[in-house]
Amino acid sequence: MAKRIDVSGLNAYYGSFRAIEDISMTVEPRSVTAFIGPSGCGKSTFLRTLNRMHEVTPGGRVEGKVMLDDENLYGAGVDPVSVRREVGMVFQRPNPFPTMSVYDNVAAGLRLNGSYKKAALDDIVEKSLKGANLWNEVKDRLNKPGSGLSGGQQQRLCIARAIAVEPNVLLMDEPCSALDPISTLAIEDLIGELKERFTIVIVTHNMQQAARVSDRTAFFNLAAVGQPGKLIEIDDTERIFSNPSVQATEDYISGRFG
Amino acid sequence: MDITTQDAPPPTPQPTQGERKRAARGATRPGDRVFLGLARGSGIFLLLIMAAIAVFLSWRAAIAISDNEGNFLTTFEWNTGTQPPVFGIAVLAYGTIISSIIAMAIAVPVSVAIALFITHYAPRRLSSPIAYVIDLLAAVPSIVYGLWGALILVPQMDGLFGWLNDYFRWTGVFSWEEGAPRSMLTVGVLLAIMILPIITNVSREVFNQVPQMHEEAALALGATRWEVIRMAVLPFGRSGIISASMLGLGRALGETMAVATVLSPDFLIHGSLLNPGGGTFAQNIAAKFPEADEFGQDALIASGLVLFVITLLVNGAARMIIARRKEFSGANA
Amino acid sequence: MSTTAINDKRPSSLQGERLPKWFPWALGAGSVAVSVGLCLATGIDSRIQWGLIAAILFVLGTFVIAGRVEGRRQAKDRIATSLVWVAFLLAVVPLASLIWATVERGTKVLDGYFLSHSMGVVADTEPGGGIYAAIIGTLEQVGIATLIAVPIGVLTAIYLVEYGRGNLARAVTFFVDVMTGIPSIVAGLFILSLLLMFDLGFSGFAGALALTILMMPVVVRSTEEMLKLVPNELREASFALGVPKWRTILKVVLPTAIGGITTGIMLAVARIAGETAPVLLLVFGNPFINNNPFEGAQSSLPLYIYQQFKNSAGEGAAYDRAWAAALTLIAFVMILNLAARGIARWKAPKTGR
Repeated sequence: MAKRIDVSGLNAYYGSFRAIEDISMTVEPRSVTAFIGPSGCGKSTFLRTLNRMHEVTPGGRVEGKVMLDDENLYGAGVDPVSVRREVGMVFQRPNPFPTMSVYDNVAAGLRLNGSYKKAALDDIVEKSLKGANLWNEVKDRLNKPGSGLSGGQQQRLCIARAIAVEPNVLLMDEPCSALDPISTLAIEDLIGELKERFTIVIVTHNMQQAARVSDRTAFFNLAAVGQPGKLIEIDDTERIFSNPSVQATEDYISGRFG
Repeated sequence: MDITTQDAPPPTPQPTQGERKRAARGATRPGDRVFLGLARGSGIFLLLIMAAIAVFLSWRAAIAISDNEGNFLTTFEWNTGTQPPVFGIAVLAYGTIISSIIAMAIAVPVSVAIALFITHYAPRRLSSPIAYVIDLLAAVPSIVYGLWGALILVPQMDGLFGWLNDYFRWTGVFSWEEGAPRSMLTVGVLLAIMILPIITNVSREVFNQVPQMHEEAALALGATRWEVIRMAVLPFGRSGIISASMLGLGRALGETMAVATVLSPDFLIHGSLLNPGGGTFAQNIAAKFPEADEFGQDALIASGLVLFVITLLVNGAARMIIARRKEFSGANA
Repeated sequence: MSTTAINDKRPSSLQGERLPKWFPWALGAGSVAVSVGLCLATGIDSRIQWGLIAAILFVLGTFVIAGRVEGRRQAKDRIATSLVWVAFLLAVVPLASLIWATVERGTKVLDGYFLSHSMGVVADTEPGGGIYAAIIGTLEQVGIATLIAVPIGVLTAIYLVEYGRGNLARAVTFFVDVMTGIPSIVAGLFILSLLLMFDLGFSGFAGALALTILMMPVVVRSTEEMLKLVPNELREASFALGVPKWRTILKVVLPTAIGGITTGIMLAVARIAGETAPVLLLVFGNPFINNNPFEGAQSSLPLYIYQQFKNSAGEGAAYDRAWAAALTLIAFVMILNLAARGIARWKAPKTGR
C-alpha cells in the first residue's frame, strides 16, 4: 500500500504571506521521515500540504507539485477528498470525535466509504485497534465514549482511526507533544511497527524522538521571523545527527539555537 | 488609593460570634457591609418579584375561576361580561400549541441551515456581514413583524393557500373554505420568520465553537463538507440547537402582537390550518382586554397564568439541556 | 499486507470524475425552463407550483447526474449544499421584504411635522397628525424602566459574581433565567393585577414597571457575563494593596467591565423599547400629549403602531402613519444596537483576540 512522495518546487501561502518556499524532496515508501526545525519554520505547514489540508485554513494556497507515485495531488481535477482518503493524518492533540464511541471512532472513516457488513466492520475495527496497540486496553469498552480514554490512548485511537481506511501514507503532526513520556514511548514503538505497512512522515520538536524513530530526517529553517521557511537538508537520520553537511543543521542539533 | 476608608471604623471592641465569622470572610468594614447588603438585597428583590408574580396572578385567577360557570379547561367560549360568566382556555391552548408547532417546524430546520450557511458555506467575506445583519434582525420589535405580516404577508399567502387547497384538500388539514388567509398557518409562518434570527444566532455561535480539530479529524479521513458537518459539527452542536429552539419556542408561545394583527379570531377549534379562526393566549388577552371589565380582566389574568406556566416548563427544559451540555463540553475541553 | 490488495470500494485513481463548476447553474436554469414549459403545456398557473416543480427537478437532477458521474457521496454533498443555499435564500426574501416595506412605506409621511405633532383630534381615517406624544411616552416609560432596572440588575450581577455562593445565589441565578423567559404580556398582567388590587388607573409608570420586569433579567445576565471576564488577578492585585472589597469592585472591577455592561444595557433598552403587549394593558394609549408618566393614559411608539393599524378601517392614512412610526421605532432600536456594538468593539477587553 505504501507509496513514494515526490515533492518539487512547492510554495505554500497564507493569504499573501509565503510560509514555505521552494521545497523539493523525496519521501521513500515504508520508511519514517522526520521533519525537525525551530518553531515557525513551516514544517507543519509543509506536512499539511501533503494531504491538501493546508487549503482548509482561511487564505491557504499552494503552488508546486506533490507526486504520490505517479499522480500529482495538485493536478487538475484531483478531488482533495480522495487525496485525504489516501494520505491519512494524526494531529498534535488527540482528537477523537467526542460524541462517538471507541468503536464508532475507528469505523468513522470506513462508514464514509460505503456500507460494510457488521462482521466485516468488526474485523477491521479489531485489526486497526490491534495495529495501534490499543486493542487489549479497550476491547471491553468499545461502546464507551472515545473521549473517556487517557491522552495516550486517545492518540492511539486516532492512529487506529487513520489506519482503518488503509491509507498509503500516514502524516503525524507532533503526535506526542501533548503526551507523557510513557505514552510517548508507546507511540514511538507503534511507529516502528507501522512503517512496515505505511509511508510515515512525522513532525517533531523532540530531536531524540527524531533520532529514535526515523530513517531519514529533514531539517527546516527560516532566515528570520516573517521570512518563509526553507528545507535546509534531508538525509539519513544517522548522518544528520552525526555529520550533517550544513552548518545550520549542526548548530540546531547541538542546541546552539532554536 | 487610601487604605483607611472614610467610613467610621467598627466600634466593637468585643466581637461577637457572628462578627468573628464575618471577619473570617473579610467583610467587617461598614462600606463592605453596606455594599454587600445592597447587592444581596437586589438579588432578594428579584426573587420577591418572581414570587409576587406567581402569587398575584394566581390570586386574581382564583377570583375569576371561582365564578366561572363553564369548565376553565374545556369550554369553547370566552364570555366574561355575561351573568353568569362562561369562559375556557381550550381554544387558546390549542391555538397556541398549533401555531408554535408550525413555527418550529419551519424555523428550526431553516435556521440551522442558515447557521451552517454562515459558518461553513458562505463565501468568507460575506459570512460575517450576513451574521451581523441577522443579529440586528433579531432586535426588530414584534409589532413591526405584526404590521408587516398583516399588510404584506397575508395577501401573499392567498396563492399558497389556494394551491394547498387544490392539491392537499384531501388531508383535511389543508382545506380552505372561506375568508382571507388570516389563519393559524399564516400565524405560524409569521412566528417562524420572527424567531428565525434568534435561533440562527444561537446555532451559529454553537457551530463556531466546534473545535477546529474535530473538523480536521473528519477532513483528514477524507470526508466531504457535508460529511464533516454530519460527523463533527451537528453532533457537537445538537444540544445547542435544542436550547436555541427552546428559546425560539418560548418567544413563539408568548408572542402577542404578531398574532393579534394577523389572526382573525373566533372561539372554535378548526381542523384545517387554512381556515381563519381560533386564538392564542396572548392574542386573546390583547384582543379582549380593551372591552373587559374588572372581572373580565381577572379572567384574562387566569389565562395568562396558564401561559406563564407553559413558558416556565419550556424554559426549564431548555435550562436542563444547557446544563447537561455544559458538563459534556467540560469533559472534552 | 501486499501492495496488490486493492480495496474494491475505492476509486483506483485520485482523479475522480468531476462535474464542471457551471453544472449547478446550468442544471438550475434547465430545471426552471423545463418546469415552466411543463406547466404552460399542462395549464398549471400557480407560481408556487412552478417553483416547486423546478426545485424538485433540480434536486432529482443533481442527485441522478452527480450520483452517476461523481458517486453517491459527492451527490449527497451537492444536495446538502443546494439545500443550505435554498434555505438561506428562502429566509432572505421575507426578512428583506420586511426591511424594504418599512423603509419604503414608512418614508411616505415621515417628516418633521410627523415627529413634532400628535394625533389630538385627528380622526384615524384622516391624514395628518404624528407621533410626538408616542415618542414622549416611549422615552419616559423606557427611561423610568432603565432607571429602576439598571441599578438593581447591576447590583444583582455583582452579588452573583463577587459574593454569590450558596443557596441564595443559586436561587437567584435560577430565577433570573426563569424571568428571562416571561412573556411580555404576562409581565403586563402582573402589574395589571397590582393596579386592580390598589384600584389604580392606567399610567406610563405602570407600563414602565412591566418593562422593568422584562429588562432586569437581561441586564443581570449581560452584566454577569462581563464581570466574569474581568481577570481575577486584577481583584487580587487590589486586595493585596489593602483596598476593601467594595472599593475594589467600584474602582477596579466595574471600570474594567463598564464597556460591556453599557453594551448590555443598551441592548436591553432596545429590546424593551419595542414591547407592545404590556404597554397596551397598562398605558392604554392617548392621542393627546401627556407629559406626566405618573398620571393618566399615555401613548408609546409600539402601541401607536398597533392602534393605527387596528383603528384604520382599511384607510391608507392610518396605515401610512403606522409604517412611519414603525420606521421610527426600527431606526431607534437599530441606532441603539449599532451604538452598543460600537461601544463593545471599542471597549472590548484586550484578551488578544
